Formats: sequence, structure tokens, C-alpha cells
Amino acid sequence: MDGFAAGLWQAWKLIFTLDPDLYEIVFLSLRVTMSAVIIASAIGLPLGAWLVIKRFRARRFTIALLNALIGLPPVVVGLAVYMLLSRSGPLGVLGLLFTPTAMIIAQVIIITPLIASIAHQTMRDLWAEYHDLLLSMNASRAQRIAAILWDGRRALLTAMLAGFGRGIGEVGAIMIVGGNIDHVTRVLTTAIALETGKGNFAFAMGLGLILIALSLSVNLAIHWISRTERASVW
Amino acid sequence: MPASAPTPAPAPHAATGPILPLRLKGAEARRRGKRLVGPVDLELGREGFTIVMGPNGAGKTTLLRLMHGLERLAAGEIRWAVPMREARMRQAYVFQTPIMMRRSVVDSIAYPLRLRGVGRAEARARAARWAGRIGLAEALERPAPVLSGGEKQKLSLARALITGPEILFLDEPCASLDGRAMREIETLLLEARQGGMRIVMATHDMGQACRLASDVVFLYGGRVHESGPAEAFFNAPRTPEAAAFIKGDIVE
Repeated sequence: MDGFAAGLWQAWKLIFTLDPDLYEIVFLSLRVTMSAVIIASAIGLPLGAWLVIKRFRARRFTIALLNALIGLPPVVVGLAVYMLLSRSGPLGVLGLLFTPTAMIIAQVIIITPLIASIAHQTMRDLWAEYHDLLLSMNASRAQRIAAILWDGRRALLTAMLAGFGRGIGEVGAIMIVGGNIDHVTRVLTTAIALETGKGNFAFAMGLGLILIALSLSVNLAIHWISRTERASVW
Repeated sequence: MPASAPTPAPAPHAATGPILPLRLKGAEARRRGKRLVGPVDLELGREGFTIVMGPNGAGKTTLLRLMHGLERLAAGEIRWAVPMREARMRQAYVFQTPIMMRRSVVDSIAYPLRLRGVGRAEARARAARWAGRIGLAEALERPAPVLSGGEKQKLSLARALITGPEILFLDEPCASLDGRAMREIETLLLEARQGGMRIVMATHDMGQACRLASDVVFLYGGRVHESGPAEAFFNAPRTPEAAAFIKGDIVE
């Protein structure tokens, strides 16, 4: 309990003394995860909608594969991205290893199947409801996808928040591809791992509490902005 | 509902000519190998209010869906006076259970116009006028899914009529509606017919059929048992099944 109280005190101190290192870490954490969520959503949401609407031979297999990819071990993703981006790797020439961009790439790979899978499940129900109406109105495939994405936007936000939750708390992949370099690629989760390793448990706990507060704040802010539970059945 | 509102005329398509008559020749609909409807031979002319009648399971909904293109044609042919792709753009369908999009009333009515590339402001303005016609002027920004059953069906009708289709299919649109909502819908349909719209409607309601029909298609066991002018059908049905149905007897 002493450790937890000390952690709370550390968190309090870090926030209210406007510790520049802490704010740098927080902003980088947000930047990396938000960028990854935006990119993963741009891929995953239309992919989920497409899988609902398009009928093709390998559709069931693709959906099963997508669901299975949710369980991708982040460490393995990190290792694969590391090998791709390392000097001797196929994309080594880009010089992205140990940069925030590499961390975003790893997180996109981890988050996209999660967002696409939740989006697919959400939109499947909506499509069952809209199917006859949209066909009757001669909506093109792109218009059908747009309709279920737009009308299911509040539920899809939940998919994006799940992706954010997975990304902001992720440590294995970004530790490998980012390298946890101070002032360059250090984010909240890698900083917590480092401080724990150094035995600074109170400081690590303080960072952990800030991470939880950050995650809750983003979720609440998104729900408030999207007027969830305020617009009747929408 | 304001009675003085202008009647929606079908959109002009002089360049390609009218989409009617519609001809069905040996048309069949099947599901999992089982024949639901057909073979049906039927011709729908350019004018009129056709009521499709028949006992439960006779195939009324399937026939309407088949003509509209929602049901796959298993055999035979369905031929419009213009290419199918164009015919699809010039018809509309109202479902028995209203399908409400998760949008406001005005955006729901405007949606078919938006699909056809009409700008948002213009589509919303036209939709707002239609909302006024169906008594939803005060509920423009309300979510469509929270409307009452009657309001939902009127919205469905406005959404179908806003593009000015040349032919309108309705699948028992007044089932489970109260008298007032039914009268409002019938008024809209009669106005649309006066404006030159071809209407094909399935109904169980004999009174409604008598009020609206110019001709009747009586289905029994998935086949057209009898079809012709409404007056002749109601006064002198040619088949015992149709006679029993009109009399109100149980027809299985």
C-alpha cells in the first residue's frame, strides 16, 4: 500500500510541477497511438464494411483470419517490423528504425485487425437491417459502405477506442522498434518498464497512474464529443 | 396533412421514354430449390393502381420483390420498356416493416436524392417540404428510428416518392396502422396516382383494396389465379378461391 501511495504522490508531483520530461513522454505516447489509431481506422473500418457487403469465396476464411490476428503477440510484431526496418532489412534504406514512425507502423499492425473485426461485427447487424433498402434505392457498393459506416459511426467509435486502448498500453513492439531512447522514442509504457527495471517503483507507479488517467480521459472525451447515450437510439 | 400541397409528378424521362409496360413471362422465384412464386405471366400497363391480393403465403411479397428486382429471377423473364439498369432507377419500394436509417427525419427523406448526387442543402430543402406534407414538419431533426409506427411508414412513403418514381411498389404499407395513419397514406397514394404514378400494392385489407384499386391481381399458391379490372373482380370473381377470399372465408 505504501508503494501505491508513493506512486500517487509521485504522479501528483510530476503533473503539478509541470515536469517537462513527463509532458514530452505523454505527448509522444498520444502522438504515436493517435496516429496509429487514425491509420488503422482508415484501413480497418472500410475493410470491415467491405467484408460485410462483398461476397467472395475466401470471405469466411478472411474473417476468421482477421479475428485470429487480434491475438498477434506484440513482441513478434515488433521483431518482424525491426527486421523489415533494420539496416539489412528490405526497408532499411528508409532509416525508420528507432523513430516514432517505426513505433506507429508496429502499432498499426497490432491495432488494425482489432478495429476491422469489431467494425465488421457491428456493421454486419446494420447491413442485415439496411440490405433491402439500399438495394431498392440502387445504392452503389461505395454508397452502401458509406451508409453503414456513417450510420454505425457511434458503434465504430467504440472499435476505435478499443484500438486506442490496445495501442496506448502496448509495450513489447514499441520497445523493440523504438528502442526507448530518451527524448526520441520514450513513451509512457517503455518509461514504466525502464523505471521498474531500475527499481524506481514509486516513479513507475506514478507514470502508470498517469497512463490510466490519460486513457480514461481520452475515452470520456470521445464519448462526450460523440454524444453517446444522449441521442436516443443512435 | 395540408391538402393543398402539390402532387408529386414522376420525374420526366422523355429522353428514354416510359419504363412501362412491365411484362412478366413465366417468371419464377425459388428459394433453396422450392418454388415460391410462378410461373407468372402478367403485364402492367402505364396507368392504374394495381392491388395484389391473396391469402397468407400466396406469394404477394415475393411477386412484388421479383418485379422490383429484390428477388432473383429463377426462370422466365421480366421485361421493362427500358433497359433494366435504367428501370431500377425509376421505381421505388415501400416495405411492410419500415426500415429506418439511423438518421434524422429530414436526412432520411433526403437520402435517395443524395444517392443521386443532389447537393446536401437542396436535398434537405426538398426533404423538409416532404416532411411538411406528411405532418413531420416539427420533427425534422428527430431521429427517424424513434418515430411512431404510422410516422415511420409515412416517412418511408415520402422517401420513396421524393425522387418521383414512375412506378411505386408497396408491400402492405398500412398493416398494423390505425385508421388515421391509413387515411393519410391513402391520400398520398391517390395524389401520386393522380400525378401519373403507376402504383402496385399488396394488401390484405379488402376495404382498402375496394377504395384504391383500378385492377386486381389475385394470387393463390404462388400463381396468378385471377387478374383484371377491380370492379369485375369484386363483383363477379371467376374462381371459387377468389370468391371465398372476397367473402371473407378462410382460404388456405
